[in-house]
Amino acid sequence: MQISVTVNGTTHESDVEPRTLLVHYVRENLGLTGTNIGCDTSSCGACTLHLDGEAVKSCTVLAVQADGQRVDTIESLAIDGVLHPMQQAFMENHGLQCGYCTPGMVMASIGLLNENPNPTEQQVRLGLEGNLCRCTGYHNIVKSVLACAKGAHS
Amino acid sequence: MSITEERRAAVIGTPMLRREDPALLTGEAKFTNDIPIPGALYLGVLRSPYAHAKILSVDVSAAMAFPGVVAAYGGADLTALWAAPMPCAWPVTADMKNPPHYPVAVDKACYAGDAVAVVLANDDRVAHDALELIDVRYEALPAVIDLEEALSDRVVIHAGAGTNKAYTWDLKCESHEGAVDEAFAAATHHVKERYIQQRLLPMFMEPRACAAVPQPFGGDMTLYSSTQIPHILKVMTALTLGIPEQQMRVVAPAVGGGFGGKLNVYAEELLCVALSRKLGVPVRWNEERAENAMSTIHGRGQIQDIELAADADGKLTAVRVRLIADMGAYLQLVTPGVPLLGAFLYAGVYDLPVAYDFSCTSVFTTMTPTDAYRGAGRPEATYAIERAMDSLAAKLGIDPLELRKRNFIRKDQYPYTAFSGLTYDSGDHLAAAEKAAELVGYEALRAQQATQNVDAGTKRLGIGVSSYFEMCGLAPSRVLASLNYSAGGWEAATVRILATNKIQVVTGATPHGQGHVTSWSMIVADKLGVAPEDVDVLHSDTAISPLGLDTYGSRSLVVGGVAIAMACDRVIDKARKIAAHQLEAAPEDLDFIDGTFSVKGSPDRATPLAAIAFAAFTAHDLPEGVEPNLEAHVTYDPPNFSWPFGTHICVVEVDTETGHVDILKYVAVDDCGVQINPMIVDGQVHGGVVQGLAQALYEVASYDENGNLRNGSLAEYLVPAASDVPSVTTGHTVTPSPTNLLGVKGIGEAGTIGAAPAVINAVVDALSGLGVTDMMMPASPMTVWNTIKAAQAGSTTGGK
Repeated sequence: MQISVTVNGTTHESDVEPRTLLVHYVRENLGLTGTNIGCDTSSCGACTLHLDGEAVKSCTVLAVQADGQRVDTIESLAIDGVLHPMQQAFMENHGLQCGYCTPGMVMASIGLLNENPNPTEQQVRLGLEGNLCRCTGYHNIVKSVLACAKGAHS
Repeated sequence: MSITEERRAAVIGTPMLRREDPALLTGEAKFTNDIPIPGALYLGVLRSPYAHAKILSVDVSAAMAFPGVVAAYGGADLTALWAAPMPCAWPVTADMKNPPHYPVAVDKACYAGDAVAVVLANDDRVAHDALELIDVRYEALPAVIDLEEALSDRVVIHAGAGTNKAYTWDLKCESHEGAVDEAFAAATHHVKERYIQQRLLPMFMEPRACAAVPQPFGGDMTLYSSTQIPHILKVMTALTLGIPEQQMRVVAPAVGGGFGGKLNVYAEELLCVALSRKLGVPVRWNEERAENAMSTIHGRGQIQDIELAADADGKLTAVRVRLIADMGAYLQLVTPGVPLLGAFLYAGVYDLPVAYDFSCTSVFTTMTPTDAYRGAGRPEATYAIERAMDSLAAKLGIDPLELRKRNFIRKDQYPYTAFSGLTYDSGDHLAAAEKAAELVGYEALRAQQATQNVDAGTKRLGIGVSSYFEMCGLAPSRVLASLNYSAGGWEAATVRILATNKIQVVTGATPHGQGHVTSWSMIVADKLGVAPEDVDVLHSDTAISPLGLDTYGSRSLVVGGVAIAMACDRVIDKARKIAAHQLEAAPEDLDFIDGTFSVKGSPDRATPLAAIAFAAFTAHDLPEGVEPNLEAHVTYDPPNFSWPFGTHICVVEVDTETGHVDILKYVAVDDCGVQINPMIVDGQVHGGVVQGLAQALYEVASYDENGNLRNGSLAEYLVPAASDVPSVTTGHTVTPSPTNLLGVKGIGEAGTIGAAPAVINAVVDALSGLGVTDMMMPASPMTVWNTIKAAQAGSTTGGK
């Protein structure tokens, strides 16, 4: 099927199999491998990206469902070598170890703050419950999101 | 600004931000399945749906006819590819049974997930589609999932072995023959408990992936793999496939977690290399999460019977342990050794007379093979002794923390020769325990508990203490030899100063989230007086780092990092000779401070390391007998393990009406000696603690009676989310290790080792007024509720 998707500001006209998942589309068709795959049950959130500005798990979306829409991946965040405030907050608060969940976690965290710019710790924990991390115990991820929300960078 | 003008502050000990992070945060880092490999075929693996079955026939013809499929094979078609069975590097006893294990089963499948056929296709999804067209006929055999039933040999899994018992391994340490029996006969208090270490799934976030890229005419083979152990994998691939080792290269790109689950030699790695050699094209494989749950090793899986003998004051006088350890269907790389890594720790941090009797019998079952999982044997041991100490405290009617204080090895006893003959390097257990008690507000909590846990109360407060010991930094090669491990425990390091005074470090450790690049840069920066960002750390590629023994067992810093420091010293020694030549002084008359050599007492007679580096590069004027360039290579074999320790205290509130456990506070005081980067140390503790409390509260690989894994997905297997876990309050004491140059100890596994008993001790403590004396892991609401009901009915406790 023919689709037209604007990914990280560039519009791509692509021919995809109907069963192609959005995560496979960005990874395999567009070579944007920053978005990771961690499971096959939409449980882990490693593939979280933004679809029309909203954080979604891209393994639950077919590429054809993104037709005519805007997709932003982790690769879109840092501009001219400067990290996005959320990326910077993760770095400054040691919010990542192996880094595999990190792109999804960062995209989910930005989505969380878009909806609730000033969350409590408990709201951050609940807001990120769809994104699993096996390394950090979440302590420093939560700290990163709260630090970013405090507006140190905004 | 030149280095001579800059007085550098020490970098070691500061929370320097990680140099690894920008690439990982932006998606720039390449994990194995991010690497484009033109022309690669995709491997699909068909797995047995039966836990135990004869394979009657495998028909791949329909799969072969599927568009996009290039080849398909059953196990019998591939036997010529294997020079040897899959490797087990730890034959713990001479008579250990090690049934032959091949990447694809031929006659029999021995666990649900055992590979029975493979497909190669030009697309990953085509490969998976084609798997469904392979027709395998099975004759189902009875599953064996209960460890004691397995030992009965009513159903023998491996006919060639003749028994399901893999081995029995003993560690009996007595001051004189009969000392243990005498101690138990004379004991005022005797505790006898059985604990179950449930099977766990490692569930690192990046599923495994590998890709073999051949050079059919050049002769070389490169294997990219999401592995913790590229160096060991290189040797084992060469041996298993009959490839000359010098032609084998293994690369571990960015690796998304491991926790022991990537400390192995897996069927899919061997299949990719062997099939890529056979066909002369690249072959790659990406693990799906459902496959991961079945085909990646599992952790834990033990029945522990522990007995403590104690005198009237509660001082331990003897420990007796009988383990049954679940090997799963086959022995993977270090499967049989895991119980041995815990065998020395069932007396914990306590001063025990030489009266210790440990025996482990390991048994095959028709489940996924077990192997090392974060802590590997040591969390199991710590759980048993720390739970049993709480039982002993209950018998004595004293506070569990007080009982521990009575038994701690005292600071003035260090270095301490243990019952086993091993020497513990350094420790101050009392200080760590007191710090943890202070941080948590122990006395106040006990007072609150006394008023809160009244008979009618449904929200009960529990406080759990766990004082752990870890034996890590694997390991002195001679000790490994005495345990029959087939390899050594050294680590290699190269430090090279380039012409422009930038530093290249090559390490044999293999990071997958631990921050080695950052920590190694910090060590080099302080040693050589350079900025950390001037140091590049090369790793995880056997062509660049040919020697190494990789990352596991909290060994990277204690062995690999110390090797880096030693290599720096050797480079300085060589640079000193050149500097002395330039300054016309004797080498021993030079100071080396902040990257500058100067003559003692004449600081203006000085030359910076940068100048020496360039002089070593041009080699125009070197002293007699000194070779060009500044480079040193060190292979360091540690003289001892490192022995980190600490006390964790967990505070819970248990709802007796729902069985829900709410962790109110978690305090971890860990002592890992000198900390290179306290930010990274805390991160390791946070993650480790959550992995340990996940065992306590959430995780179990649950099998049905037919040997099917019931919860083999992240939708069903409860890896905790952010909302399931508390923040962790960390504290530290610092007792440097006297056995290494940096004074460091491992920290990668400590959190996991300390956590599970702290949590369960807290849960049992909360419910002790209701007659509950034990709690099965995971302490799910259902288990907790059932245990409360059973205790109230006066029957057995613990949910067993």
